[in-house]
Amino acid sequence: MVLIAILALVALALVFGAVLGFASVKFHVEGDPIVERIDALLPQTQCGQCGYPGCRPYAEAVANGDVHNKCVPGGAETVVKLSELLGREVLALDADEADQVPVKKVAYIREAECIGCTKCIQACPVDAILGAAQKMHTVLVDECTGCDLCVEPCPVDCIEMRPVAVTVQTWTWQKPDGIGNAPARRIPVTNEAA
Amino acid sequence: MGSLIIGGNSRPVFGFPGGVHPPEHKTDSSEAPIRVAPLPPRLVLPLSQHAGAPAEPVVAVGERVLKGQLVAKAKGVVSANVHAPSSGTVTAIELRPVQHPSGLEQPCIVIDTDGRDEWIAHAGISDWQSRDPAELVALFREAGIAGMGGAGFPTAVKVAPRKPIDQLILNAVECEPYITADDRLMRERARDVVEGLKILRHILKPREVLVGIEDNKPQAIAAMRQAMDGTGMEVVVVPTKYPSGGEKQLIENLTGKEVPSGGLPADVGVVCCNTGTAHAVFRAIEHGEPVISRITTLTGDALARRGNVEALIGTPVIDLLRDAGIDERKLHRLVMGGPMMGFTLQSPAVPVVKTTNCLIAASAAELPDPAPEQPCIRCGACAEACPASLLPQQLYWFSKAGEFDKAQDQHLMDCIECGACAYVCPSSIPLVQYYRYAKGEIRKKQAEERKAERAKQRFEARKARLEAEHAEREAKRKARAEAAKKRAEAPAATAVSAPAVDEAVLARLKSASLSASSEYKAAVKALKDAEANGGADIDALTRHVEELKARADAAKAAVRAAQQGEAPAAAPAAPAIDLEKLKHEVGEASSAYKAAVRAAKEAEDAGAANAGELRAHAEQMKQRADELKAKLRDAKAEAPAAAAVAPAVADTAATAPAAAEVSAPPAAPAIGPEQMKQLKAAVATSTRQYKEAVAALETAERAGADNLDALQARVDGLKQKADDAKAALEAVVAQMKAAAGNKES
Repeated sequence: MVLIAILALVALALVFGAVLGFASVKFHVEGDPIVERIDALLPQTQCGQCGYPGCRPYAEAVANGDVHNKCVPGGAETVVKLSELLGREVLALDADEADQVPVKKVAYIREAECIGCTKCIQACPVDAILGAAQKMHTVLVDECTGCDLCVEPCPVDCIEMRPVAVTVQTWTWQKPDGIGNAPARRIPVTNEAA
Repeated sequence: MGSLIIGGNSRPVFGFPGGVHPPEHKTDSSEAPIRVAPLPPRLVLPLSQHAGAPAEPVVAVGERVLKGQLVAKAKGVVSANVHAPSSGTVTAIELRPVQHPSGLEQPCIVIDTDGRDEWIAHAGISDWQSRDPAELVALFREAGIAGMGGAGFPTAVKVAPRKPIDQLILNAVECEPYITADDRLMRERARDVVEGLKILRHILKPREVLVGIEDNKPQAIAAMRQAMDGTGMEVVVVPTKYPSGGEKQLIENLTGKEVPSGGLPADVGVVCCNTGTAHAVFRAIEHGEPVISRITTLTGDALARRGNVEALIGTPVIDLLRDAGIDERKLHRLVMGGPMMGFTLQSPAVPVVKTTNCLIAASAAELPDPAPEQPCIRCGACAEACPASLLPQQLYWFSKAGEFDKAQDQHLMDCIECGACAYVCPSSIPLVQYYRYAKGEIRKKQAEERKAERAKQRFEARKARLEAEHAEREAKRKARAEAAKKRAEAPAATAVSAPAVDEAVLARLKSASLSASSEYKAAVKALKDAEANGGADIDALTRHVEELKARADAAKAAVRAAQQGEAPAAAPAAPAIDLEKLKHEVGEASSAYKAAVRAAKEAEDAGAANAGELRAHAEQMKQRADELKAKLRDAKAEAPAAAAVAPAVADTAATAPAAAEVSAPPAAPAIGPEQMKQLKAAVATSTRQYKEAVAALETAERAGADNLDALQARVDGLKQKADDAKAALEAVVAQMKAAAGNKES
C-alpha cells in the first residue's frame, strides 16, 4: 500500500516537474522589465539633470536603488508615478523652487550672433540642432526636448531657452473654476506664452 | 427601438437615444430671402479654415489678385486651398484674430478690395457624368471645398473612401436652434443642391442616396422632393430633436447603423455631407467657381434685419452685423455657430470662414450669462439626454478629479460635445467644458508621449552613432599599432635569418620573405583605405609602404642568394637602416606631438572651435610617439644580437659597415647647416610678424577700429605660420640629433 502511494506521488511529481520545466522554457520572460517601465515614465528629455547621461541610464540607476526624485523635467508628477511603480515613499522633487512646476521650453539660437562653432550640436542629446562648422546653426523646434544642455557650451551665449507659445493647435480648454463659479465667458489667452 | 414612418417618408426612421428640445428660434431668420452681403472694403482670409494643416500663401504682399484666384495652396493631403473672394490687392499676410474659441491669432491673407469684383478666367464642365471620378475629386481639391457644416473636413479626402459605400447621406437636418442657412438654401436653390448631390453620387456610386431633413422645415422638404423627383434619391424626414444633425446620430437615425467608437462613417459604408457642401460641389463643377462665399444666418435680438446672407469668405463679422442693423447697446454676446455648439467671439473683427453657418448677436435676455455651477445632485438627467449613450456624470467626476484614464475608459473620446447634458443639468454644471478640458489634457499627454518616444529614438540613434564612430577610431588605432609592431619585428627576423646559409636558414628566409611581402600587401591596402577615407597619415603610410617593399625585395633577394649558395649581401644592412629610421621617426613624432599640444592649448585659450579636435590629434600624436619610442627600444635591444651574428658571415662582414655607412647619411645631408640657418631665420621672421600683428590688434582694439575681425584673422594666420616654422625647425633638430646619435652608436 505504502509503496503504491509513494509510486503514485513520484509519478505525479515527475509529470508536474516535466510540465513546469517545459512551461519555464516555453513562457520565459526576457530581461528585467522594471527598467523599461521606469524608463517609460521618464519624460525622455535626455537632459542629464539627474546626473546620468540620459533617461535610460537614470532608469537603470533607479532600478538599482538610486533615489527617484531627481527628474526635474518630469516634475512632482513623475516622482509620484515612480513611487507608485516602485512602492517607495513619495519624495519631494530634488530641484530648486523655480523648477518645481515644469514649464515647456525650447532652445532658441539668436542666429545673427551664432559663430558656427558646432559646440551646441555636439552637446544636443537628440540631434535637434542643425548646422556645420562656420555655418549658422538653428534648432529643430519640433525635436527639441528643452533640456538646455546646449546653452552652457555656447562660447558667445547666443542660445536661450524660450517658453513654448500656445498656438491654436496646442490650445486647450481650461478647467472650469468649480462649484460656486460661473464659467468664464472670455478666456484670457493671448499669443504670448502663458 | 421601434421604427416609424412619418412625414411622407417611404421608409422608417430608426431614431437615436437621448436628445433635447431647446427653443428653436428658427423663424427669426428663416422667412426672409437670402440677401447678397455688400462687398466689404477689406477681406481677411485665414490660412486655416478647415480641419488639417493650414494652407500656404502663394501670393506676395502688394500683388493684385482677381476674384477666384488661388491665394493659398493646400499643404499636405488633409488641407484645403484658399481663393480670393473678390478682386483687389494683397495688403498684408499677418496674424489676425480668427474663428477659434481661444481668441488666438492666426496667419491671414488680407485683401483690400477694389470694388470691380473682377473674375479670373474660369469654366465649369457640363459633361461631368462622363468624367472619371478621380478627375472630379481633383477639382474639389482645386476649389478648396471643405465641409461647410462646421468641422470643415476637406471634401476631397472624404469622397475618396477606401471601402465601397452603401449610403450617401445629405445632412440637411440643421438641428441647432437659430440656424436656417441650409433651410433657406434648399428652399431657394434646391436644384443646385440636388445637382451637387448627383455629382457626389457619380463619384461615390452608393447603393442609395438619402437626404435627412428635420420635420420643422416643410418648405425645404417640399422643394427638395420636387427637385429630386425621378432621380432615385430620397428625402427622409426626421423628427425634430437636437442633435439629430450630428453625423453619427443621423446615420443611426436613417440607417440603423452605429458608427463604431473611434471609427468613421466610412467604416459602416456611409458618407455624410452637408447641404452647403453639396451646393459648393455644384458651383465648383458646373461653374468652375472655388469656395469664395457661403450662406450665413444673421440672427439674434440685437439685429434689426435678421435673415440669411450670401457673404464672401473673409468678410469681417462686424461688416455683416452693421449691414444687418446691429444695436450695439443691446449686444451682450456674439456667437459664431449655434447656441449649443458655437463659441463666443472675442473680437467682431473675426472673418466669416467656410464653416461659418450662423452669427448670433444675442441680447442679455436671449443668451444670459451662465449661472454659477452647483453641486451635482446625481439626478441622471444628463445620461438620459446623451445622444451617444455615454454616462456624462461619470465623465464629469473623472474629468474634474483629473482621472483621465478612467474618463477614457468611460469613452470620453466618443463625446460629440453637443451640449445636451449641460442643457438639461439642473445644477448648471458646465459639463461640456469639463469634457473639453479633459480631452485637451489627454491629447496633450498623448502628444507628449509621442514626442518623448521620438526623443528616445533620436537619443538612442545618436548614442549608437557615437559608439560606432568611437569603435571605428579604436579599430584604426589598433591596426596602426599592429602594423607598427610588425614593422619593428620584421627586420629583426630578417637580420637573424640572414647569416647562416643552411636548410633551416633557407626556410626561415623564405618565410621571412613571405611575411615581408604579405606585410607589404597589407600596408598597400591600408594606404589605399587611408586615401579613400582621406586619412591624415597618408604620407607616413606611403613611406611605410615603400620601406616594406624595399624590405620585401631585399628578403626575396636574400632567399635567391641563399639558394644560389651565396651569402646575402644586403640583409645585414637592414637593421642599421631601421634603427636609424626609427630614431628619426621617433624624433619627428615627438616634435609633432609637442606642436600639436601647443596648437591645441592655443586653440583652447582662444576658444576656437576645433580645440577638441586638436586635443584629440595631440593625443594621437603622443600615442604614435610612444609607440615609436617603444619600437626603438625593442630594435636597439635586437640590434646588438644582429651585430653579434653579422661577423660570422665572414665574406659579407666587410660589406655590412659599408652599407651602414651608405645608408646612415641620407637623412643627415638633406638638412645641411644652410637649411638649418634658413629655418631658424624663418622661425624668427614669423615670430616677429606674429608679435607685430598682436600689437597691431591691441592698438586697434583700444582705438575701437572696425576691422578687428580681419586683424584677428591675420594674427591667427601668423601664429599658425610661426608655429609651423617652429615645428619644422624642431623636427629638423630632432632628426639631426637622431642622426648624430645613430652615428655615435
